[in-house]
Amino acid sequence: MQPLRELARNFITDNFILMANITIHINGVAQNLDVEPRLLLVHLIRENLNLTGTHVGCDTSSCGACTVLMDGRSVKSCTVYAVQANGKEITTIEGLAKGGQLHPLQEGFKEEHGLQCGFCTPGMILRCVDLLERNPNPTEDEIRWGISGNLCRCTGYNNIVKAVEYAAKKMQGAEVPAAETVA
Amino acid sequence: MIPQAFNYEAPTTLAGAIALLQKYGSDAKIMSGGHSLIPMMKLRLATPEHVIDISGIKGMEYIHEEGGFLKIGALTKEVALEESPLLHSKYPLITDATKMIADPSVRNLATVGGNLAHGDAANDHPAVMLALRASIVVSGPNGDREISIDDFFLGFFTTALEADEILTEIRIPIPPAHSGGAYLKMERKVGDYATAGVAVQLSLDAGGHCTHIGIALTNVSASPMRSVRAEQALQGQLLSEELIQKAAIMAAQDCDPNADLRGSVAYKRSIVKTLVARAIHAAVARAGA
Repeated sequence: MQPLRELARNFITDNFILMANITIHINGVAQNLDVEPRLLLVHLIRENLNLTGTHVGCDTSSCGACTVLMDGRSVKSCTVYAVQANGKEITTIEGLAKGGQLHPLQEGFKEEHGLQCGFCTPGMILRCVDLLERNPNPTEDEIRWGISGNLCRCTGYNNIVKAVEYAAKKMQGAEVPAAETVA
Repeated sequence: MIPQAFNYEAPTTLAGAIALLQKYGSDAKIMSGGHSLIPMMKLRLATPEHVIDISGIKGMEYIHEEGGFLKIGALTKEVALEESPLLHSKYPLITDATKMIADPSVRNLATVGGNLAHGDAANDHPAVMLALRASIVVSGPNGDREISIDDFFLGFFTTALEADEILTEIRIPIPPAHSGGAYLKMERKVGDYATAGVAVQLSLDAGGHCTHIGIALTNVSASPMRSVRAEQALQGQLLSEELIQKAAIMAAQDCDPNADLRGSVAYKRSIVKTLVARAIHAAVARAGA
């Protein structure tokens, strides 16, 4: 019975794809979409919405390159189905600068050379938005623990830690060197 | 990695979720945070026809003491356990373990109920709950039933949950004064499964005798295991270094690890021995008797 059942099921899934209707608020804009339930959030973001700042690294929730914010909390979008984001607020790296002004974390990564190749950077920054939201004045250890699920193969992390410290100071209103505005 | 196509349901009530389980039977899988299920689906190790997402059910995220028990709702996220002052002060075993589960972003979505219901001996909460002598509350078409944690894990990725039941709550007896616990995990890197993990929970009387002890192990057996012989060696005793070492050796003998990329069988047994002794010392220090 099992092979027949498998055959029938494959025929159905290959020929009659089940779609789900979802509404996602992405970077403040409501998007209504019909998606396959098996569509991963990262693919929705990159391929359906063309927001390619969110990267696919390991595709196994190890590296953090695909990190986005879902209702303000960092999540690895390669391990979330798009349907799970129905009704939720998603923030990607494209939604972080406001009114032509870089987010303090973006500014920190620029000022402190917190990136080299840049592949991990969008995920790293969104992870740190969540970190600083919960812990506005983290110690070095807390920063390193906080980014422990995001891998960087270039920097050795030291400048990333400095970038987060820069942002933490700036977000608490301390004087830090001004950055350029976004064009 | 693309999972096999499936039908997605997102019930907003527990009764609705149970009704869907009755309708779809073993063709359905329950999903909460999805951080165990989705990786398995992406590898096509799991190919459910129906995924029932219970994360939208209200009222299943809580941590509180009531009627002699610590009660944790099944949908409570790991991050909530990690940040809970109650757990930090009174149930440090849970806090220790939660901090070592995956990484911060995964803990934002992963749930304690999912970690247990997955039935994986490599997960960290099973050993924690075995050491704490928890019980598991499950809901099905005929109402709730409470399963002792000792009867919950039946084998490799197999639990006592029936196909139409959902894990809804974890109940832990409130420990008496002078109790302490600790979780120690050897991992190659953040986010890895344990090479070996050890959960210890104990209570001491005024004279320093051990009135209760739970010792359980992570990822060194096919299903989550208590080290019963090691517990018996310490039950009712004054915890001398000699006795602690004896118990640690028993735990190392009684576990049944597989050789893999994380190490040989002998290496894992040696890790168990070391971690059991260290975890008992840490638990005693926290019991403060």
